[in-house]
Amino acid sequence: MLKSIKKALRVLLAAGIAAGSLGAAPLAAGDTVTLVGAGATFPYPIYSKWFDEFHKKNPDVEINYQSIGSGGGIRQVTAKTVDFGATDGPMTNDQLFAVDGKILHLPTVMGAVVVVYNLPSFNGKIQITGSVLADIFLGKIKSWDDPALASLNKGLSLPSVPIVVIHRSDGSGTSYCFTDYLSKVSDAWKSKVGKGTAVNWPAGLGGKGNEGVSGTVKQTAGGIGYVELIYAVQNKIPFMAVKNKSGRFVEASVEGVTAAAKGAEIPADFRVSITDAEGEDAYPISTFTWLLVYERTGGRKGEILHDFLLWMLNDGEKIAPSLGYAPLPDAVAAKVKEAAEKVR
Amino acid sequence: MIVLAPEHVPAFPPVPPSREAAGGSAFSRSGKWGDRLFHGAALSFSAGILLLTGGIGASLWRNSALSRHAFGWEFLIGRVWDPVAGQFGALPFLYGTLLTSALALLIAVPLGVGAAIFLSELAPRRISDVMSFLIELLAAVPSVIYGLLGIFVLVPLVRRFLEPVLGKTLGFLPLFSGPPYGVGFLSAGLILAIMVIPFIITVTREVMLSTPKLLREAAMALGATRWEVATTVALPFARSGIAGAIFLALARALGETMAVTMVIGNTPVVSASLFSPGYTMAAVLANEFTEASDPLYLHALVEIGLVLFGATLVVNALAQLLVWSVKNRGGRR
Amino acid sequence: MTLIAFDSGRYRRRKLFGRLAFASTALCAAGVLSALFFILGYLWVHGISSINWDFLTKLPKPVGETGGGMANALVGSAELLGLAGLFGLPTGVFAGIYLSEYGHNRFGTIVRYTTDILNGVPSIVIGIFAYTLFVLPMRRFTALAGGAALGAMMIPIAVRTTEEFMNLVPTSVREAAYALGIPRWKTVVFIVIPTALRGIVTGIMLDFARVAGETAPLLFTAFGNRYWSRGILEPTSSLPVMITHTPFPPMRTGTARPGRRAWFF
Repeated sequence: MLKSIKKALRVLLAAGIAAGSLGAAPLAAGDTVTLVGAGATFPYPIYSKWFDEFHKKNPDVEINYQSIGSGGGIRQVTAKTVDFGATDGPMTNDQLFAVDGKILHLPTVMGAVVVVYNLPSFNGKIQITGSVLADIFLGKIKSWDDPALASLNKGLSLPSVPIVVIHRSDGSGTSYCFTDYLSKVSDAWKSKVGKGTAVNWPAGLGGKGNEGVSGTVKQTAGGIGYVELIYAVQNKIPFMAVKNKSGRFVEASVEGVTAAAKGAEIPADFRVSITDAEGEDAYPISTFTWLLVYERTGGRKGEILHDFLLWMLNDGEKIAPSLGYAPLPDAVAAKVKEAAEKVR
Repeated sequence: MIVLAPEHVPAFPPVPPSREAAGGSAFSRSGKWGDRLFHGAALSFSAGILLLTGGIGASLWRNSALSRHAFGWEFLIGRVWDPVAGQFGALPFLYGTLLTSALALLIAVPLGVGAAIFLSELAPRRISDVMSFLIELLAAVPSVIYGLLGIFVLVPLVRRFLEPVLGKTLGFLPLFSGPPYGVGFLSAGLILAIMVIPFIITVTREVMLSTPKLLREAAMALGATRWEVATTVALPFARSGIAGAIFLALARALGETMAVTMVIGNTPVVSASLFSPGYTMAAVLANEFTEASDPLYLHALVEIGLVLFGATLVVNALAQLLVWSVKNRGGRR
Repeated sequence: MTLIAFDSGRYRRRKLFGRLAFASTALCAAGVLSALFFILGYLWVHGISSINWDFLTKLPKPVGETGGGMANALVGSAELLGLAGLFGLPTGVFAGIYLSEYGHNRFGTIVRYTTDILNGVPSIVIGIFAYTLFVLPMRRFTALAGGAALGAMMIPIAVRTTEEFMNLVPTSVREAAYALGIPRWKTVVFIVIPTALRGIVTGIMLDFARVAGETAPLLFTAFGNRYWSRGILEPTSSLPVMITHTPFPPMRTGTARPGRRAWFF
């Protein structure tokens, strides 16, 4: 019996290598071109849909995107091991300086980071302000029936349950957006913790990925966390309405995110934060997400990038709302188109 | 591999008589070159391992330079891990790794060796083979799956039953104090134990089955009961194999990444309580490495890898010492 | 036979103790096995409904769409394991042979110690090392790099089991061979190894099994691929990476995969 198992093993080994190397010769003739991209997990759902649709329209193009995180995207595109990157946290000037060549930040969609919570046998929409949120995540507010929360939610009796903070343990653009917002609305947060894809969280547990945070919140009574909108919706986890700069409590939605972008001033290189934006309907914890593309990639790959970007602006954007992402506002889209035209 | 040569063989392995003595026949000449080549091949592959490991160590050393120069030895006792402020200390991770691995072994070794004894001595051969096969299947399960099982099954169980029960009965001990989060050192230790038991069982059983019949029969002839045969003959015979299995298990536990990070809570704290969430070196590497784009941050993470590497060095050195001390106490029957 | 007093109190006590001791080991076994069966059962139950022909032959669909499969991950994993075997098995087995036959000296001790160290290096560190060695200079993510990383991880177990089981071959067998004038290397290759083969093969299977489920080292080397990978110089999908990247609900379908694959091994 062992002999035949060994034989099977050998066959498998050989088959594996054969299968692997089989394709190398004939298809190297250049019929299908593959682009490799890496980066943020935040837009992964919409990107995977886009690349799939684009492949259907152009069967000889395969775009292989792996969501290893915004920082990973920045690193790999700088090292040129991938053809393009994706990030929710824009590159810093130092990072751009380290690049050999010119990288463009091209916004693709916008998304919302929502504050999810778990209070069993409690029904009602919780409202919260940025500074109270910061205090919770700083560990200063420890119980759900704290007066700070109660005063914002008159008419709801919040239970006397300890708050369990849940944050991201991995580096993440979602964290970047969230901490960016907290830094703007709380001086205490700004000085003690700051903003980044990974920070020194003063309180709480760490979950891996949006899935980790939503999963942990769902299982922990009294839990509070932050995730990308689509994760809260798909997993049916309640999330809070947040007070925006204009004083209104807004729930996350495609419209709220679009309104946030309207209020912001978009610089020429598109690196901008739209958290805590002005505007009646703006949802305060919104963010752009960008593709990192070299202005000159050259060859067939450069052409494909160019074609894809234009397709994305014309057709791709229309699919975005179905997955919970806000398409770019027209003014921004027009500017992005101009920049995309230069990519080759 | 810590191997205790069977003591009934003073010089092992035996070396064939010298070729020269046999005269220069064609037969012995081919033997000589064959021997040389063979020895050379085996030697070079062994040297290859040294090169590989040395290369990894060197690479870790080089790529952690910034962090080593910034923090020096304080890196090992620092408790703060702050990427934004550029302040890095490895103590919580070191503590977490050691604690969870120790807990895992504490649970897995007695259970595993016990089960292996049952499978090799008591169970009918057929059943034993089938069970063993199934156990080997478990070894193939990816750590991610263990992680998922951890989140969906183990952690809720621990949070709802194990931790409250332990808290009520033994809660006066600092070891079992604190709120039952579910995620934490205890769950991590448990999941590691589960992951590591298949190795222990498989290797122990295999080695015990390889006990020469002669030895067993000799013991039986002297009137030993079945249990006594197992403990006085088979177990000692298997001793080095078991030690090897334990170190295999320990190595796996020290470096286990994906499963641990899903159940440990990923919070860099040092706490005496098993209920507390924590962090390990491997887990922080998995979580933060792909995203770290600041050079100091990156180097600090690589330094954690270096510390883990160093911890492995130390643990294995201790193991070697243990083996030598057992040997030198003349303690081989 | 009454040469030994089988009904003496002492004998009965020893027997009883032995029975109790065995009973406790049976408990250990029962505990362990029930936990393990639970795991296998869980994987089976939750994943079996999703395994169909599509699953085995189609490419994955984008997030949010149902259907699709993991065909490229299956092939990718096979490819990676093949490469890993190529890198790791010869090194590991030969080194194990060296240690068993020639390695009872200082050098042997150093090699053993180093192998244990290598075993302890976390998989993600090996992945990072493979990244620096293969991916950066080649400017691409490749299955080759992934296979190399997995291969490095296979070495320690291969060394240890090979050495252990070769040591278990009684010296009488070797001595008999030398007495017949068989050269040393032939003795090892044609006599000692076949005798130790059962254990060595078990070790190798365990080795493949362990490495088949590794995710971390692949994240930075083989990377992942939505489509078919076209050769060892391309990034490739693999089962564990696929499972990590698949968000919540579809995750269940991934769980049965390793069950099947483990079965296969």
